[in-house]
Amino acid sequence: MGDRCAIIGVGQTAYRTRRLDVSMPGLLREAARRALDDAGLTWKDIDAVVVGKAPDLFEGVMMPETFLADALGAAGKPLMRVHTAGSVGGSTAIVAAGLIQGGVHDRVLTVAWEKQSESNATWALTVNSPFTTSLVVGAGGYFAPHIRAYMRRAGAPDHIGTLVAVKDRRNALRNEYAHLKIPGISREMVESTPMLWEPIRYLETCPSSDGACAMVLASEDAAKRAPSRPAWVHGTSMRSEPMMFAGRDSVSPQGGKDAAADVYRQAGITDPRSELDCAEVYVPFSWYEPMWLENLGFCGENEGWKLTEAGATAMDGDIPWNPSGGVLSSNPIGASGMIRFAEAALQVRGQAGDHQVDGARRALGHAYGGGAQFFAMWIVGSDKP
Amino acid sequence: MSSSTGPSEPNHVLEFPGGYTRSVGPVIGRFLSELRDGRLVGVRTAGGRVLVPPSEHDPDTGEDVTGEFVGVGPAGTVTTWSWVPRPAKEHPLDRPFAWALIRPDGADTALLHALDLGVFEEGAQPPKFLKTGMRVRPRWRPERTGGIGDIECFQPEVTLINAPTRLEYELRGGKALRRFLEGIAEGRILGHRCPVCEQVIVPMKGLCPRDGVPTIEEVELPDTGTVTTFAVNNIPDPRAPEVPFVSAYVLLDGAGLTMLTLVAGVPADQVRMGMRVRAAWRPREEWDRSMNNIRWFEPLDEPDVPFDEIKDYL
Repeated sequence: MGDRCAIIGVGQTAYRTRRLDVSMPGLLREAARRALDDAGLTWKDIDAVVVGKAPDLFEGVMMPETFLADALGAAGKPLMRVHTAGSVGGSTAIVAAGLIQGGVHDRVLTVAWEKQSESNATWALTVNSPFTTSLVVGAGGYFAPHIRAYMRRAGAPDHIGTLVAVKDRRNALRNEYAHLKIPGISREMVESTPMLWEPIRYLETCPSSDGACAMVLASEDAAKRAPSRPAWVHGTSMRSEPMMFAGRDSVSPQGGKDAAADVYRQAGITDPRSELDCAEVYVPFSWYEPMWLENLGFCGENEGWKLTEAGATAMDGDIPWNPSGGVLSSNPIGASGMIRFAEAALQVRGQAGDHQVDGARRALGHAYGGGAQFFAMWIVGSDKP
Repeated sequence: MSSSTGPSEPNHVLEFPGGYTRSVGPVIGRFLSELRDGRLVGVRTAGGRVLVPPSEHDPDTGEDVTGEFVGVGPAGTVTTWSWVPRPAKEHPLDRPFAWALIRPDGADTALLHALDLGVFEEGAQPPKFLKTGMRVRPRWRPERTGGIGDIECFQPEVTLINAPTRLEYELRGGKALRRFLEGIAEGRILGHRCPVCEQVIVPMKGLCPRDGVPTIEEVELPDTGTVTTFAVNNIPDPRAPEVPFVSAYVLLDGAGLTMLTLVAGVPADQVRMGMRVRAAWRPREEWDRSMNNIRWFEPLDEPDVPFDEIKDYL
C-alpha cells in the first residue's frame, strides 16, 4: 500500500440549494481554507492540489482547473482533476492519497465540489445523442428499474426505502452542514410524497445542493506536526465496469463487490459489519442502502433490507450508516463522494460533533457513479495501519 | 403609461415660465455638485452621524452640522420599500418598480429613491427577491445636471451572470451502429454474437464490452421480448407519449442483454416484470435510419415469463 497517509484537515461548506453569495472559486476556497485551518497550515505549505467535480455538462464548466489554479494556491505546483462521474469525490481523494502513499508529496490538498444551482443535473443526465436508443429521465429514471429488480429479487417489502429516508433525514438534523433538514420527518411524511420514478418517491431522492468539501492529506512525518488527531488511511480501492454487457448484474455490480473485497483485504477486515464502527455510503435514493449493504458484504445476498428494517444501520444500531445524513440530505454531486470520505475521517478523529458515533475507530467511506459502474472506497482508522 | 386608478386628464394647467429657482445653500449645494460628478456624499453632525441626503442642521439637536462631507455608497442597503405595480405617468419608471429607502454604505440615514428590479407586467406582484436588506447601487444618468434625478434609479447588485453555451456537433454513430440503423430502416433488428461469450449484443457496438473482443457475426433478432424491469416515470419528457410513461428494459428473444425502451399501449400500473412485448413499428412510409421507427413496445397476448428465467438479466 506504500507509505502511510493521514487525513489532517477536513473542511466543508454548508450545503444549500443555492449559494448565490459566492463564486465557484469562492465556494472552493471556503472549504479549502477550513481544511487548512484544521490542519494548521497555509496555502504555501501545500505541495500539490487534486480536484474533482461532476461531469462538465452539469455546471457547463470545462477545465475548471484553468481558472482555479490561483484560487486554490496551486500556482507553481502540480494541479490535477479527476473525472469519474458521481463517484468523483471519492476517487479524487484516492488519487490525492496515492500521491502521499507513493512518497511523491508530504501535504496534498484535495477539493471536490458542485454548484448544482448553476444548471440542472436532471437535464444533463437526460440529453442524448440522436443515435441513442434509450430513454432515461434523470438519475432516478436510470436507477428506478434496478431498484424494482432488487425489491423483487430480495423479496423486500415496500416500506424499506421509506425507513432509510426517515433515518438519514433524522441524522441530518444533527449535522450542522446538512442541506435538507426536515424536523419531525416520519414515514407518513415520506409515504405522502408522490412517486417521481416509481418505485422512487420524492422524499426518497437526494436534494440538489451547492457545496464543497476539502481535505488535507499528509505523510506520516508531516502528520506529526498536525494540531489535532489525524485519521489514517487503512485501504483504498477503485473499480469500474461497462454500463451494459451480457451477464451484468446491474443491481449488485461486480465492480462494487471487487472494490469492497480489495479495500477490506488491505485493512485486514473479514467481517465489515462487526469490524467497522460506522460507514458513510453513497445512497442517493433510499433503496440503495439495502442494495449496498449486500454489495459491500455487510450481510448475505437478499438480506440487506432486513438489516435496515431491524435498525442495524441507525445511529443506535450496531453499524450506523450515514450518521451525517448522507447523500439523501446533502447532494452537491461532485462533492458527495468526498463528503462520505471526509465524514468517515471525522468519525475516527472524534470530530463529527453531534452526529459522532461514540468511540468510532474504523470507518468506511464509499462512492459510486455513472450507471453504478464506478466505485471508490476507503477505510480510515484512528490508529496507524 | 396610463393608470386605471389614477386621476383623470387635467382641464387646466398652471406653469411658471422657465420654472421657479431655488438657491440650495452650501450643504445641499455640495451634495448636488457631487451628484453631478457621479458621487454620493453625506455630511457629518457634531454627534458623528452621517446624514444622507445632507441637511444644514442636525435634526436631532437643531445644531448646525459640521463642515465635514463624507463619501458614502454608492452601494447601499434597502431599509424598507413599497411596490408600485401600476406606475403613473409622473413616476420615474414606466414599468412596475419599488420606492425604497436606501441607506448608502457609510451613512446613518436612508434616502428615498426608485428601485428598478427588471421587467414586469403591469400589475405584477412584487418579486420574491425584493427584500429589506437587499443590496443595491445607483444607475447614473450619463448627462447629469446636479439634481437627485442624476441617479436615474437604484438597481440590485450583480449576483449572477448568464453564460449561454451552445455546442454544435456533426455526430457519427460509427460503423456498427450505422449497420444497426440500416437494419432498423428495413424493419429488422440486428445484433452481433460475441465469439467468446456467444451472447448476442443488441444494438451491436462492434465489440463485446465484457470480453473486449471485436464482434462481426450478425444475428437478426425477432421484435418480441420480455420486460425484465422498468420504471414508471411521472416526470414529463417530450419523447414520451404521456405521463406517466414506462421506461423498461426489454430482453429481445435470443439477446444476451436488455435494451432500454418505452413500453406503452397498456396502463402504466399494468406493466409487469416478465411481461411479453412486441415492437410497435410506425407505418412503413415513415421509416428512416433511426430508432424512432419503433414507437414503443406493446404487450403480447402471451403468459408472463417466470421470474427465474429473467433474473440473470437484471
